[in-house]
Amino acid sequence: MNRRKGKNTFWIMMMTLMLIITAGFLVVFIVRIISLGAPVLSWKFIVEPPREAMTEGGIFPALIGTFLLTALAMIFALPSGIFTAIWLTHYGKPQWLVNILHIIINTMAGIPSIIFGLFGMAIFVNLLGFKVSLLSGSLTLAILALPVIINNTEQAIHSVPADFSEASLALGATTRQTISKVVFPAALPNILTGAIISVGRVAGETAPIMFTAATFYSRSLPHSLQDEVMALPYHIYALMTEGTHPESQVPIAYGTALVLLILVILIDATAIIIRSYMRKKRQW
Amino acid sequence: MVERQIWTSNLNLWFGKNQILHNINLEAYKNHITAIIGPSGCGKSTLLRCFNRMNDPIPFMELTGKVYLDGKDIYAPKTDVYAVRASVGMVFQKPNPFPKSIYNNVAYGLQIQGKYSKSEIKDRVEESLKAAWLWDEVKDRLHHSAMSLSGGQQQRLCIARALANKPKVLLLDEPTSALDPQSTAKIEELCLALKNSVTILIVTHNVAQAGRIADYTAFLYLGELVEFEKTEQLFTVPKDKRTEAYLTGVFG
Repeated sequence: MNRRKGKNTFWIMMMTLMLIITAGFLVVFIVRIISLGAPVLSWKFIVEPPREAMTEGGIFPALIGTFLLTALAMIFALPSGIFTAIWLTHYGKPQWLVNILHIIINTMAGIPSIIFGLFGMAIFVNLLGFKVSLLSGSLTLAILALPVIINNTEQAIHSVPADFSEASLALGATTRQTISKVVFPAALPNILTGAIISVGRVAGETAPIMFTAATFYSRSLPHSLQDEVMALPYHIYALMTEGTHPESQVPIAYGTALVLLILVILIDATAIIIRSYMRKKRQW
Repeated sequence: MVERQIWTSNLNLWFGKNQILHNINLEAYKNHITAIIGPSGCGKSTLLRCFNRMNDPIPFMELTGKVYLDGKDIYAPKTDVYAVRASVGMVFQKPNPFPKSIYNNVAYGLQIQGKYSKSEIKDRVEESLKAAWLWDEVKDRLHHSAMSLSGGQQQRLCIARALANKPKVLLLDEPTSALDPQSTAKIEELCLALKNSVTILIVTHNVAQAGRIADYTAFLYLGELVEFEKTEQLFTVPKDKRTEAYLTGVFG
C-alpha cells in the first residue's frame, strides 16, 4: 500500500515538474520578447515606414504586407480547401482515389515550409512568370495553408451528426441541398475556427515568402499584385541577418517580433472566442 | 374493404454479399397502421428504409423485386427519388430536429422544393404542428431553437416536419425507443389520430406497442417475413411457431 502511495506521489511530482518546465519556457520566452521589444514600441513604430537604412522608423509597410499576403492567401485557400473537403467527404469516388488524396494531403501538411518556398519560386515566380510579388507569395502561402484547411474542414463536417443529413434526405432534399442547408451551417463554426488558426500560422511564415514575395526594403506600399512586399517575419529575418547597424536594428527586430506575436495571439484569441460562443449556442 | 397504399413484391436486399431481406411481400393499407416487429438485427429498419429509398446511399446495396406506392414502382428507372421521399415521410429512432428554429424545421421540406410561397409555407407549418399536437406548446416560440424542446416534443416536431410535405405514407422507425413512457403514450395516441389522413408503417421493438396501435402486424425474423396478419389474429393465434415464441418472449 505504501509502495503504491509512494509511486503515486512520485508520479504527481514528475508531472508537476514537467508542467513547470514547459510553462516556464513559455513565460521566459514571452517575458524576453516583451522586455526587448517593448522599448521600441510606439504608435509611430506601427504607422511609419523604416528610415535610415532600417536603423530608425517603423514597420508600417511590413505590417500592411503581412496583412495583404495573409488575406490574399486565405482568399485563395479557403474556397478551394472547403470545396475539396466537401468533395472528399460527400462525393469522393472511387474510394481508392480518396485514400490517395488523403495521403497526399497529409504528406503536404508535413512538408517543411522552405520547400513550399522553393516550389512557389519554381512555379509561380519562374514558370508562370508572376515574378517575386504579392501574388506569388500569397499563392505559395495558400498552398501551405491548404492541407490544414482541408483536414480541419473534413473534421468539422464529420463532427456534424449523420442524423441531420438523414433527416434532410428523408424529407426529399438532394445531397447538395443537404450539404448547403444543413451540414455546412452546422459545421461552419469549426471550419471558421480552423481557418482563423491557419491565418495565424500563415502570417508568421518566413520561408515560403522569402523567394516568392518578400523584399528587404521598400519605401512604399505595394500598388498591385505584381509588386514585391515587405512582411513582418521576413523583416525580422532581414534585420537580424543583413543589418549593418545591429545596435539599432536588433531592438527594432525584437519590436517587430513583439508586434507579430501580439497579432498571432489576437488572431488565435478571436478563434477561441468565436468557438466558445458558437459552442454555447450549439446544442447537440 | 381495405385498399393497398404501399407494398413490396418479392423484395430482396443485399449489403455486399450479405442478404438482409429475403423475398418480402408486405402490404400496408390506406389509413391503417402496420407494425413490423422482430428481434434486433432481423432487418426491420432496412425493410422500412426500402419504402423511401433511404438505403440507396449505402455502398454495395443491391435490391431486386419491387416496391409499389399507389401502384407505381418507386425503384423503376427515371423515378424521382426526391419526390418519393417527399411523399413517404420518415421519423427516426432518435429525435433528430435540425439545429434550426422550430419554424424552419417544419418549413424545411417545403423550402427545399422551392415551389411554395412564404404564406403557403407559414400556413402549412401551423397546420402540421397542429396535426402533430405540438402547436399549443410552441406557438409562442416558433423562432426558438428546436433543440430547446424536450425529447418527446422533438419527436413530435420530427413528425410535424414529415407531415408538412403532406406525405401519403409515414414511416416510423422505433419512434419511441428513446422516449419516456408518457411521451411514448402521447406519440401512440397521435399515431391513432394520424392514421385517418396518412398510412403508417411503424417498426417497433416493443411488442406491446404493436398490440396497442397497429391494425396489421408483420413479424420479421432473420430477414424473412414469417407472418403478416391482422394484429389481433397474429397476437392470439399465431400460425408460425417462431411468431409464437417471439410473442411469448422465448427469444427477443
